[in-house]
Amino acid sequence: MAMGGLLIGLLVIVGLIVVAAIMIVGIYNALVGLRNQVDNAWSQIDVQLKRRHDLIPNLVETAKGYMQHERGTFEAITEARSRAMGANGAAEAGKAEGALTEALSKFMLVVENYPELKANQNFLSLQETLTSTENKISFARQGYNDQVLFYNNKIQMFPSNIIAGMFQFTKRDFFEIENEAEREVPKVSF
Amino acid sequence: MWELIKINKRNSVLLLGAMGSVLLILGFVLGTVFGRGNPQAGWIGMLIATGVWLFMMLISLSSGDQIMLAASKAVPVTHDVHPVLFNVVEEMKIAANLPKIPKIYIINDPAPNAFATGRNPETASIAVTAGLLAKLNRDELQGVVAHEMSHIINRDILFVTLAGVMLGSIVLISEIFLRSMFYSSLGSRRRYSSDRSGGGQAQIVMIVVAILFAILAPIFAQLLYFALSRKREYLADAGAVRLTRYPEGLAGSLEKIAGSTINMESANKVTAPMYIANPFRGKKAVNLYSTHPPIEERIRILRNMTHGAAFVNYEKSYEEVTHRSPVVPASALMPEEVAIREGTAESKSTQTAKKQARQVGDLMRKVSQFAFVTCACGLTMKIPPNYKGDKVQCPRCKKVSAVTKK
Repeated sequence: MAMGGLLIGLLVIVGLIVVAAIMIVGIYNALVGLRNQVDNAWSQIDVQLKRRHDLIPNLVETAKGYMQHERGTFEAITEARSRAMGANGAAEAGKAEGALTEALSKFMLVVENYPELKANQNFLSLQETLTSTENKISFARQGYNDQVLFYNNKIQMFPSNIIAGMFQFTKRDFFEIENEAEREVPKVSF
Repeated sequence: MWELIKINKRNSVLLLGAMGSVLLILGFVLGTVFGRGNPQAGWIGMLIATGVWLFMMLISLSSGDQIMLAASKAVPVTHDVHPVLFNVVEEMKIAANLPKIPKIYIINDPAPNAFATGRNPETASIAVTAGLLAKLNRDELQGVVAHEMSHIINRDILFVTLAGVMLGSIVLISEIFLRSMFYSSLGSRRRYSSDRSGGGQAQIVMIVVAILFAILAPIFAQLLYFALSRKREYLADAGAVRLTRYPEGLAGSLEKIAGSTINMESANKVTAPMYIANPFRGKKAVNLYSTHPPIEERIRILRNMTHGAAFVNYEKSYEEVTHRSPVVPASALMPEEVAIREGTAESKSTQTAKKQARQVGDLMRKVSQFAFVTCACGLTMKIPPNYKGDKVQCPRCKKVSAVTKK
């Protein structure tokens, strides 16, 4: 009888350990998956910024013929683009991309004065691509923040916070627009 | 957002469980009646009911979305046919952090509407009508696509498929039983009265119960299904606002959809719950049989959201407008501040109805792979895909142009 009771007790303990191990592995894997999703969302922002850089030469080339007197606007865009492409570090890149956004919205305001350009099919399709790329940049930032929010919540909440602490899952920072100028940029309709 | 998925899954399981029990009981009762006293017959009936359901389930899981798309006459399109639609879908895919961009279809129908289908986010499709594309501006289209994207994220597309199949099985089995009862009662009335005098009484009671059950089961299952699908429309609206950060986009699109008086030709009773708004006009009042909440109410809730675009804000606005109990599950309401952005797209209201109608026509021709040839005099000729020649004469200036086919 005593032997039997001991055996059952032992089995229960082993069982509990196995269940706990399975849970820890499960939570750990989920956390790794979430962290990868955060990284993936971050790289989405870069993909869209890169797309904007690629788009600009084409846009400038198409518009130049119609806008002879706007050399300053084009120069501002081209310069902002090369500065954004050559930026080192997140802080500098953020500032440079903000300046590029600003230069592009100024350009779009000027376009309103050139009805002939606005009738050009090629330009219209470039304009739609630019509008969409600007949207994608801001939606990618928004999606990244959503992902970070979820990940941060997860590593602070019980029981996943224990595993997060054990394996050094650290909180991620939200994307915030540092450049005050970009925040106050006047909204224009493309 | 993720909490919502979890709760949605649980609700789906509960609903499917309830509908499944109805199906099993129906099988048991009908089996008992057909078996005429054989004690095993009830279980066999249950088995057959399960078999019918399994069969339909396998078909709908493997190719349900394709059947739905084909039944709605949706055509897969490329980026060139409508770049704005493709861009907007991709924008929403990025905002929603989906792994893959859904497949995009256009339905050749002038009535404005849209739906999403598929098993999971990886296999999802979004279909919109040509009428919708012509009527909405960019922000409004974004609202509609975001609504569909929310259905995909919330796994509503899978739920609609599963619940639809379950409902279909129940309706099918009841229908077969009621018809067979009707015909057999015509043929074998005499046999009953002479052969079975002893067990006849109990048999008749059983038959009456079975008939009642066969009539009530589909109604019950439908009510369950519709109640939950109404709720999911509100949740998808809330999700759309959170994705776009712009309630007015969806509100404006719903207003235009509500303003349209055209019935959808390509929708039917089975596919109706999938659309963003009920494709059948006319019935205004909401009753237990409505698949969608009243569209005017949805618009009022969206326009009442002035403080932010989070689920909390939608919930508050919902309660203020409808004075009903909460619609968004409490655990999905995480405290967050989500600012509403400003609108960007210019209004399309300046366009005349005539111009919109022409856009619908052009888009439908593009989807059907018409070739568009612009003559030197400025006239655009639309060449049907079955046109054999490689040259065409302009009806206005009589000049001959070459037809370039894609």
